[in-house]
Amino acid sequence: MEYHFKLPVDSGEIEKLHVGDVIYITGKIFTARDEAHHMMLEKDKNNLPFDPSEMALYHCGPLMKKTDKGWQVVSAGPTTSSRMEIFEDEFIEKYGINIIIGKGGMGERTEKALQKHTGIYTAYTGGAGALAADKVEEVPSVYWLDELGMPEAVWIFKVKEFGPLVVAIDSHGRSIYREIKR
Amino acid sequence: MDYEDIKKGIVQLMKKAETELPNDVITALKKAYEIEEGVAKTQIEAILKNIDLAKKSGRPMCQDTGIQTFFVEVGVNFPDIDKLGGLIKDAVKKATKDIPLRPNTVDPFTGENHKDNTGDNIPYITWDFVEGSNVWITALPKGGGSENMSKLGMLKPGVGIEGVKDFVVTEMIKAGGNPCPPTIVGVGIGGGADLAMKLGKKSLLRPVGDRHKDKTIAAIEEELIKRINDSGIGPMGLGGKTTVLDVHIEKAHRHPASLPVGIAVQCWANRRAKMVIHFDGSWEVK
Repeated sequence: MEYHFKLPVDSGEIEKLHVGDVIYITGKIFTARDEAHHMMLEKDKNNLPFDPSEMALYHCGPLMKKTDKGWQVVSAGPTTSSRMEIFEDEFIEKYGINIIIGKGGMGERTEKALQKHTGIYTAYTGGAGALAADKVEEVPSVYWLDELGMPEAVWIFKVKEFGPLVVAIDSHGRSIYREIKR
Repeated sequence: MDYEDIKKGIVQLMKKAETELPNDVITALKKAYEIEEGVAKTQIEAILKNIDLAKKSGRPMCQDTGIQTFFVEVGVNFPDIDKLGGLIKDAVKKATKDIPLRPNTVDPFTGENHKDNTGDNIPYITWDFVEGSNVWITALPKGGGSENMSKLGMLKPGVGIEGVKDFVVTEMIKAGGNPCPPTIVGVGIGGGADLAMKLGKKSLLRPVGDRHKDKTIAAIEEELIKRINDSGIGPMGLGGKTTVLDVHIEKAHRHPASLPVGIAVQCWANRRAKMVIHFDGSWEVK
C-alpha cells in the first residue's frame, strides 16, 4: 500500500502500516547521525531548541551550501543506520520519535523500541542524494553546526512528498532485514 | 607550465566523478531495473532517477562525496613531477568550495573536521611510474558506508580457493544492506595484508562487466556474482535479485604460510573519472 502523510503522524496511523508499505511525508524532519544522537541523549529534553516529537528523524549527513538566501541542500541521501543502533532505543523513548528514515536497516533493540512506542523505520534509497535534495523546500534552522561540523550537525528540513520511503521495520515487530537474512 | 590551469583540470575531474557515473555502471543498473520487481525495482528506479538528476543539475549524486582518492600514473619524462602532489591537494581544497563537496576529513584524535577534505595523508594518492611524458590521474572518491564493509581475511592456506570464495560470500551476506547494494566488490588475493587490500581497491577501477584476463579467475568472478546475488539481499538490502553488479579479482603471489584476502566494497555509485595531463601542461578529462 502507498500512503501520503502530513507530519506529525499519530499512533493510530502508524499502526496501520506494515512492512513493505511505501509512504511519502510532508512536514518537518531533522537530521541526526552518531554525534548528534550522542549529544542529544545528554541534553535536557525540555531545553532543546526544537521539538523532535513533531518531526521524523532522518539518518543523514547532508551536503549543504550557504547562499545569500540562507542554507541550501545540495545532496542529502540517508547514511548507514546500523551505526545508530547503540543509541536508538533510548533516543526513541526520550524524544518520542515515531518515524525514522535511514538505510541499511537496524537491529533488535530498535525493533523492540519501535514496537513498544508505536514507531516505524523506513528505508530511503541509499546514495540518492540529489533526488532527496529536490524534495526539501526549505531549511528553517541548523543546530550545533560549529561544534559538530556539516555532516554531524542537526539540520531541520521542510520537505514535501519526501519518498518513496519503504516501511522496513513496522510497529508490529516485523523487519524486512531480519526476514531476508533468514 | 600553467599550474592554475592544471588545478582547474583536476577540479573538473573531481566534478565529473561526483556528478556523472560511468556508462558501464549505468548499463548494469539498467539491466538490474529490467529484472527486478516490487520494492527492489523502486530502489533501482530511484537510483537511476538520481543519476540523471545529478548529471543534469551538476550536483554530487550522493551527499557522501567520499574520501578523495586518486590513482596517478606518472610518465617518467613529465617535467614537473614534484608539483603534482601539491596540485592535487590544492585542487581538492578548491573543489570542496566550488562543486561543492561535503567536508569529510576528521582528525581521529580530536574529532575536529578539517573542513577542506584534506588532512594528514589525505587526499590518498597512489603513485605508479610509467614510460612516457603523460600523467594519468584517476579519481575514485570513496564513500564511508561501503568502505566500512571492507574486510581483511588472513586465511589458512589449507582452505584453498574454495575457502577464499566462501569468505567473500559470507562477508557480503553479513554486510547486508549497509554498503548500499547493488555493490561492486573488489577482491585482492595474495601478497601480504596491505597488498591484498590495495589490490581489492584497485580492482574497482575496472569497468563493470570486465572479466579478468585469466579464464580461471574470470570463472571465479562469475561464480561469486551468482552466489552473492542468490542470497536475495537485493538493492538496499530490501530483498531482490541484484546484490552485486560485479565482482573483480586481482591477485599477487603469496607467502607459503599466508592466504590474505582483501575485500573492498563499492556502493552502486562507483564514481570514477580519468584525466590526462600532457608534457606541456595541457589536459583533458576523459
